[in-house]
Amino acid sequence: MPDLGLNVLFKGKNLARLLGGLGVALKISLLSVVISIVLGIVVGLLMTWKNPISRALMRCYLEIVRIMPQMVLLFLVYFGTTRIFGWNLSGETSSVIVFSFWGAAEMGDLVRGALISIPRHQYESAAALGLSGGQTYRYIVLPQTVRRLIPLSMNLITRMIKTTSLVLMIGVVEVLKVSQQIIEANRMSSPNAAFGVYLTVFALYFFACWPISLLAGFLEKRWR
Amino acid sequence: MKKNKKLFAILLTFALVFSLAACGSSGGSAASTGKDTADAGKAEGAAGDTAEAPDEESSQGSGAVFRTLDEIKASGTINIGVFSDKNPFGYVDENGEYQGYDVYFANRIGQDLGVEINYVSTEAANRVEYLETGKVDIILANFTVTAERAEKVDFALPYMNVALGVVSPDSRVISDLSEIGEGDQVIVISGTTAETYLAENNPEITLQKYDTYANAKNALENGNAVAWANDNTEVIAFALQNPGYTVGIPSLGSQDTIAPAVSKGNETLLNWINDEIVSLADENFFHKDYEETLVDTYGADYEDSLVVEGGVTAQ
Repeated sequence: MPDLGLNVLFKGKNLARLLGGLGVALKISLLSVVISIVLGIVVGLLMTWKNPISRALMRCYLEIVRIMPQMVLLFLVYFGTTRIFGWNLSGETSSVIVFSFWGAAEMGDLVRGALISIPRHQYESAAALGLSGGQTYRYIVLPQTVRRLIPLSMNLITRMIKTTSLVLMIGVVEVLKVSQQIIEANRMSSPNAAFGVYLTVFALYFFACWPISLLAGFLEKRWR
Repeated sequence: MKKNKKLFAILLTFALVFSLAACGSSGGSAASTGKDTADAGKAEGAAGDTAEAPDEESSQGSGAVFRTLDEIKASGTINIGVFSDKNPFGYVDENGEYQGYDVYFANRIGQDLGVEINYVSTEAANRVEYLETGKVDIILANFTVTAERAEKVDFALPYMNVALGVVSPDSRVISDLSEIGEGDQVIVISGTTAETYLAENNPEITLQKYDTYANAKNALENGNAVAWANDNTEVIAFALQNPGYTVGIPSLGSQDTIAPAVSKGNETLLNWINDEIVSLADENFFHKDYEETLVDTYGADYEDSLVVEGGVTAQ
């Protein structure tokens, strides 16, 4: 078996540092996911709302998020707010703001898609049964929407977890940065460490994202 | 529907204008300092009158961006931007402690200022930005002094030399570029200073270009070329780890230096660092630093050519 340099993981506190880095990445992404889901539902409702102004605004918002690379958004929020408003946001706070801004827009679009995918006859049948507007949403539209949303939002959530690897550019030391630090600190003593350490990072990301996929599958079956 | 589209177009234009405005620094920061205090606004105006290039300003006025020496001392912590993955200059050891040549100096700064140090992990690409926004007080991240950077940040006295170096096999050591014959080739890594320098100053030398360090190393070991030109720190480390190779030319081309940098205009801190570097020369501080951090990588032979003591570079 080739030397993967895995021994560097057991030097000092390296493994704990790597897990701590994963913790930072998960904290940022999961906090953003929660905010994104809440805001995303609001954005999605606004997107389907008939008011032209709100629709145009939401459209603009979504386009900005789609066009701007997350990296640019991170720089804009972390350094830009200091330049323009003099706020001194920490790297973590900036990351959560950017990821929520991004997540809410994409989540909103998913909610919009799921809402308009409910066929018109569902509303009409509900009306024929004598359900009020609120009841139609509560018992007919929402359950179907949520079921359609799950696989789509899982993609977004796992993507958000993986994109936290960008926050090292604004000074947040997360799992990828820790792994680079470990590799570089052992550049002389174990030059092959890069492979083993990145393999470990791969496994860490996998075990962070996999339960989410499992949960999605479970919920989809359950709510069928 | 038509109305919607028009409205959408207008809003999108606004959004784009806004995002462009956010990218340009000059207008934004001038407006913010103006808002902060009336005095700052006045100073900003005065600075604006004299400033030739409006793009470059970001810290004029009464110190909205950076913290002065007294403010740092009063707060009890100094933010120092260092590399966390550039062994042996700035890296994190297995116990999570920052180590390296730059960090050794940073620790001394903290000790002499009597403040705690908050290390901020920086990348090569964002070092200037950190200073321009005052998110760190000092950058000590193997920061090479260049004219372009000096327009945006203030460099203190240097504490290390960098230059190009040429490594060649012991069987035929190249100790001067004139020893390279007509049919001989020299290895360089694409995009490095070595490539630019040799192409400009010695166009007669045939270059063999590789994209990565590993490929260049293999090529030299396979004897594809007579020598390898790169940053002198890199070739010195290579020759030390690989017996059978010698750095025939340890210092080639323009001597660049590595220095601490502070936000543009932060004179109190800049002067303090300069005084500190000069006074540390009495105890040969940077030689001690080299012996503690760099000697394993570069060996004792290069101590005098790499270290700059007291900010005085040998010309």
